[in-house]
Amino acid sequence: MSIQSELANILTASADPRMATPGKNKALFIFLAIVVIGLGFGVSAFVVGHHNAYNNTREMPWGILIATYAFWAITSTGLCIYAAMSHVLGGTRMGIVSNRMVWMSIMTIMGAFATIGVEIASPHRMLLYNVLSPNPTSNIWWMGTLYGLAVGCMLVEFFGIITGLARLAIIIGVFGALAEVGANSCLGGVFATLAGRPYWYGGQLPIYFLTSAFLSGAAAAVFFNHMAYKLRGEEMSEAVRRAVKSAGKAMTLVLILYMVATFWRLLSYYVGGTDLGRTAAGALIHGPLAVNFWVVEVGVGMLIPLILIILARGENIPTMSFAGVLILIGQFVARYDLVVAGQLVPHNIGWDNVPTYFSYIPSFSEFAVVAGSIGVVGMGFLLGERFFGKVFDQKEHH
Amino acid sequence: MDIKKLSKKKNEGVTSLPSEERRKFLKMGFAVTGVFLGGSVLSLTSVQEAQGQRADVVPTEGQYPFEKHYAMVIRQDRCVDCERCLVACRETNHVPNHHDTWRTTIQEKLTISKEGFKEAIFRPVLCNQCNRPPCVRVCPTRATYKDKKTGIVMMDYKKCIGCKTCMSACPYNARYFNHDRYAVDKCNFCYDTRISKGETETACSAACPAQVRIFGDLLDKSGKVYGYLHTPDKTIWVLRPETGALPNVFYTNF
Repeated sequence: MSIQSELANILTASADPRMATPGKNKALFIFLAIVVIGLGFGVSAFVVGHHNAYNNTREMPWGILIATYAFWAITSTGLCIYAAMSHVLGGTRMGIVSNRMVWMSIMTIMGAFATIGVEIASPHRMLLYNVLSPNPTSNIWWMGTLYGLAVGCMLVEFFGIITGLARLAIIIGVFGALAEVGANSCLGGVFATLAGRPYWYGGQLPIYFLTSAFLSGAAAAVFFNHMAYKLRGEEMSEAVRRAVKSAGKAMTLVLILYMVATFWRLLSYYVGGTDLGRTAAGALIHGPLAVNFWVVEVGVGMLIPLILIILARGENIPTMSFAGVLILIGQFVARYDLVVAGQLVPHNIGWDNVPTYFSYIPSFSEFAVVAGSIGVVGMGFLLGERFFGKVFDQKEHH
Repeated sequence: MDIKKLSKKKNEGVTSLPSEERRKFLKMGFAVTGVFLGGSVLSLTSVQEAQGQRADVVPTEGQYPFEKHYAMVIRQDRCVDCERCLVACRETNHVPNHHDTWRTTIQEKLTISKEGFKEAIFRPVLCNQCNRPPCVRVCPTRATYKDKKTGIVMMDYKKCIGCKTCMSACPYNARYFNHDRYAVDKCNFCYDTRISKGETETACSAACPAQVRIFGDLLDKSGKVYGYLHTPDKTIWVLRPETGALPNVFYTNF
């Protein structure tokens, strides 16, 4: 039998015809259109110039696209860790939905890569000189390399999953997860090691990012699993329900840890340190990012989900899934606030009559790219359910 | 490793552990620590030995790691904001003429003098050519590097991917994205345009009518820069010393 026909057989076995209905095809094309149009605006930056397409400046070189990249990358790490823990240790109840989590980990990192690909001014130079002229002291270098490695590992892992090569999937999956954790840590390090930016600088940030990964990963796991069954109009089996509830418990626990970490992180700026750090924190507490912080980060992203989880008693999956979506929205805005607040206070404050805070509002192109990245993840989710749905829908004996 | 089998094994207890096992464990611990220490050493830049001395801002004598150690002393109170330095820099180094593209600028602050007059203070700023340059550490492709011969932080434009991490890392806002080159650009003490061709001053320094910017080699004991930095009764300061970047642009008032 030729390789093509063998692959066709595997795909036939893994595909789920329930996901190929006209309504779902329409949803797929809508996501595809968002991807093409959204990322199209990003690609146009290479023609009109990144400085014309995006509202970044000399003083604020990073904006919403870096935040979007960080958000997807962090979510990917979370999904990958939970999947690897379930695969390797086998003890967690999430094992039964871990294949879906591996796929979504790949898709969320694709959303991240799509964003950074149109954010960086010369990605072609990156491909060349990351290899020819690496800098081992650069967090960005490690982050990019490790995320690249992680994607490679996860693709092999996923290939192992759909072809039934369990041992290959588990071993490579562990390497993928380690690479994801390392990459996530280096992403935190990108910000945490910049002494010139006191709002970012310090040892807490990498572990804060890892906490966010566990939070976003669990929230995404609850949400995507809920959606997968809702779209099919099918009841979850008891084992799947247990798995999703288990992810919900992890989400609740990490949400509380994340709230504690956020509290101390912000409080620390008010008890010492430089004015630059305190003023930056002030942007969230009472400055230009206050609505983002209090309403979206704290309200939508922390308190309402916590109340919903309590009301659902961790049992009602749709309510937990809604809490998960709210957490993800809160996490996205938290990444935005973190990236922006770190640069919002001018270095030369007190000179040149500069304002206390720069003003940064993302351009239309930037918003379009954000939408495009959501399209990548949404499309990835639907394609995964359609072509590998049966692999995701494991049986109880896993 | 089969976890199920492992869990069935009998607990050997710690008291019966042979000392060889303990040594092995310690050795492993040291090895792990070594790897982490090695990593943290790597994450510092190559010129960490160039520490500060007077008020932690002037490099310790005899500890300059470069063949030439170019530095600049800015006599701040002499600056009247005539901006000839800025014009000379743009012309010499082909810096695009936009409001946020500059290699050097002059900052201004209004204060009240003791006689009650409003007084403007002018502060020229440029790349500080730090001994521990955050921009160099963060660049993924070594597109920006600390030149071993001169101590100048240089750019290799063709390697710049435009991630702008160096711009985020710089405590002095000394870097900008040059749209013509499609790469980040910065002051290099006019190395390519003047110093490597035998000139002894940067364009900004040569253009200044008030001799605000004193440029020179810190290793040259007969030079002005060495003289200013080694006059014990004069106050020398640098910008944002708390970042630990160890700048080579020094400020004084005399």
